[in-house]
Amino acid sequence: MSDEHHHDGSIAQQVRVVEALLEERGLTDADEVDAILDSLGTPANGARVVARAWVDEGFRARLIADGNAAVAELGFSMARGPQPQLLVCVENTAEVHNVVVCTLCSCYPISLLGPSPSWYKSEAYRSRVVRDPRSVLLEFGLDLPARTEIRVWDASAETRYLVLPRRPLASEGPNEAELAELVTRNGLIGTATV
Amino acid sequence: MAERFAPGQRVRVRVLDAAGHTRAPHYVRGHAGTVVAVHGHHRLPDDVVAGAADPRVEAVYAVRFAAASLWGSGEHSVTVNLWDSYLSGAESSHV
Repeated sequence: MSDEHHHDGSIAQQVRVVEALLEERGLTDADEVDAILDSLGTPANGARVVARAWVDEGFRARLIADGNAAVAELGFSMARGPQPQLLVCVENTAEVHNVVVCTLCSCYPISLLGPSPSWYKSEAYRSRVVRDPRSVLLEFGLDLPARTEIRVWDASAETRYLVLPRRPLASEGPNEAELAELVTRNGLIGTATV
Repeated sequence: MAERFAPGQRVRVRVLDAAGHTRAPHYVRGHAGTVVAVHGHHRLPDDVVAGAADPRVEAVYAVRFAAASLWGSGEHSVTVNLWDSYLSGAESSHV
């Protein structure tokens, strides 16, 4: 989905105006804002979780059973925000593809994925993916087989979802760190296969 | 803390018309779905946002809805997290 199709709420527009004014007056700059955003978390964290699950079956099982405890093994916490969040990891299989949205606002596992992309917060994504996920995924370049069951998860409360993508078939050789490099942010949200 | 519903049970979302903040999405109000998991117990946002001194703490359920029942078409499902207050009683298991 391209930027010109986004219709953000007025708050997003106000924030952009405030940020621009703060930069104009020298009170902050884009680098400082980026540094703060980077400190919140990055998709590399989620990618590490996924790569571990791909190489360690025990970890994969623990991740599905209790996401919070499993990511804590890698030093990640879901308790850095105003309130601790429940992490639920949903696993893609040959039969099921998972995709995450927050229709009410933009709830997102920031400690594992960093700040959310603008499209995740767009009204277009939030309203359309619950209604016609197959078309939305196609716009992301993800053409799922007709037989694949699509499960949309609306993170409308205190739960945060992380998609566990399927391990790429051609990735038998790489080690855990190399596997983590293959994982994309969209894959962790469910708008890409990996 | 006991939960009113267990995974596998059919539940229906109340047709709410909240005066203030609520986190029951419009698109599931009045619809029936199936509880797939209990996602802990959390303060009811309706009370929190209203500034209640002692907000209710309730079970939050992951409730799965068939797209066809929400939109009239679609093969997918949508799973929504709903506080206990947002749900009326259990439904019969017949879809």
